[in-house]
Amino acid sequence: MEIAINDRSRTAGLRKKGFFRKGIVYLLLLIILVVTILPFVWMLSASLKNQATIFQHSMQLIPKDPIWSNYSDVWHKVPFATFYWNTIKVTFLSTAGSLISASLAAYAFAKLKFPGSNKLFLLYLATMMIPGQAIMIPQFTTMKHLHLVNSHWALILLHLFNPYGVFLLRQFFVQLPGDLNESARIDGCSELGIFARIILPLAKPALVTLGIFSLLWSWNDFLQPLIYLSKEKLYTIQMGIRYFQQLNGTDYPLIMAATTMSLIPIIIIYLFAQRYFIEGIAVTGTKG
Amino acid sequence: MFVKSVKKYGVAYLFLAPSLIGLLVFTLYPVLDSLYLSFTRWDGLTPVQWIGLENYRHLWSDETFKISLLNNLYYTVVTVPLTIILSILLALLMNAKVRGINLFRVFYFFPNITASIAVGIIWGAMFTQYGPINTILRFIGVSNPPAWLASTSLALPAVMLVSIWKGVGYNAVILFAGLQGVPRHLYEAAELDGANRFKKFIHVTLPGLSPVIFFSVVTGIISSFQVFDTVMAMTQGGPGRSTNVLVYYIYNSAFQNYHFGAASAMSYVLFVIIFILTLVQLQMQKRWVTY
Repeated sequence: MEIAINDRSRTAGLRKKGFFRKGIVYLLLLIILVVTILPFVWMLSASLKNQATIFQHSMQLIPKDPIWSNYSDVWHKVPFATFYWNTIKVTFLSTAGSLISASLAAYAFAKLKFPGSNKLFLLYLATMMIPGQAIMIPQFTTMKHLHLVNSHWALILLHLFNPYGVFLLRQFFVQLPGDLNESARIDGCSELGIFARIILPLAKPALVTLGIFSLLWSWNDFLQPLIYLSKEKLYTIQMGIRYFQQLNGTDYPLIMAATTMSLIPIIIIYLFAQRYFIEGIAVTGTKG
Repeated sequence: MFVKSVKKYGVAYLFLAPSLIGLLVFTLYPVLDSLYLSFTRWDGLTPVQWIGLENYRHLWSDETFKISLLNNLYYTVVTVPLTIILSILLALLMNAKVRGINLFRVFYFFPNITASIAVGIIWGAMFTQYGPINTILRFIGVSNPPAWLASTSLALPAVMLVSIWKGVGYNAVILFAGLQGVPRHLYEAAELDGANRFKKFIHVTLPGLSPVIFFSVVTGIISSFQVFDTVMAMTQGGPGRSTNVLVYYIYNSAFQNYHFGAASAMSYVLFVIIFILTLVQLQMQKRWVTY
């Protein structure tokens, strides 16, 4: 009897302790969530205020009279639609291109035998270590020779050949069983046929992961457009919002509206594909 | 013989061609050309002039270069350890078995997917004299909060804060994935030995995470030497030269002042710094990383 009572009070105590611990975990999770999200919430709220209210009541997160016209003003005051279109174009072409070039090379490294294969692969790995900024000057002069300065092709070309993508896809292709290739070869299928009809469909998750990364890099890139593009009509969205900041140095509500609109596509894509984002990041960190 | 080997291996080289040509033209050739340019004086228009080690010698006496380098070191020494410590704590929290944890994880990653230029603009506005940061500070009793980005001593810490804010989610996700890989039986063994929570963390979790922590340190240092967008959006190197960092100085020297030779020398110094730091870490890895 005594034991039973003791036991009951002990489990109650444990449950209480677990409850308490869970409460603390939630509290911490919430605090971090607020710190993470607050700047975005503030951006949204500031984009609906005017220059006076933005700082008078800077922590009033739900503005009294939201000024929706800030959003349309952005499109009138700078060629925002052009910036948007330019970014969509550059992002699409460089993502599609880098998927093609990386998957072709990855297939060669994973499934084809050729002399120098290992050494070339090491070279790819080594170039992953070179910081982009260390070579941006000769890249610029090369583009100048190719007459590609002030053209979107410069951005697309620089983005197209990323050794990281080759590495990521190779790791995935290697795991695919080799007898698939063998039997297709015996049936008289060409290498390109095997690649396109067997390997690529199987590699969808890896391709999606690389595609998302590539898209993100391209959309968020600021330094390359800054170097290569000096004509306003060629600007990408990241340059566009910065340009807007310079033009309207003090007009915070409009700048915040422009920034919000620059983030929307990425956030939508992220919410749809966050599983791939997070898995991709996790894979690079733990198996790198 | 030749025809035979073309037949045998040609396909492989064809598959490789697009990416290999790109790599040669846009990465490997620039690495060498950058080295060559660093020994020249060149404004992009007049002919290239060979001046030997002059650019490197000049860097020794270039105040702005020294300040940029020191700022970069300061930035790295503060942001990398803080980001990683906070990320480990967040990863442990993310591992908690509570309802809705997935939703939290999704949001923590938000800062990382957004462009640093956008993030810099948002935080730049938040750090203004009457912005939300100071409103909060006043609310908790700081009567005279500083104008962060106008202060030579506080502008760089403000930029650091933003990069920590941006980096924690990313590293926490990697570390969280690493946590899943720590073998359960090690915890059980430690429990049998009577280890408490703290001891289990020190003797099981940390060693188990060490390869992932190592990855975070290496990539963290590399990216902290490449910081540019946030600086551009928040401070443009100022006030004075207090937030001038290497890439910002390289960008200004090359694309604003057209000192391509001098800027190439700085790029090479940056390259060598990153290379050496990475090698040193690969060496030190043996001492603390357990696989």
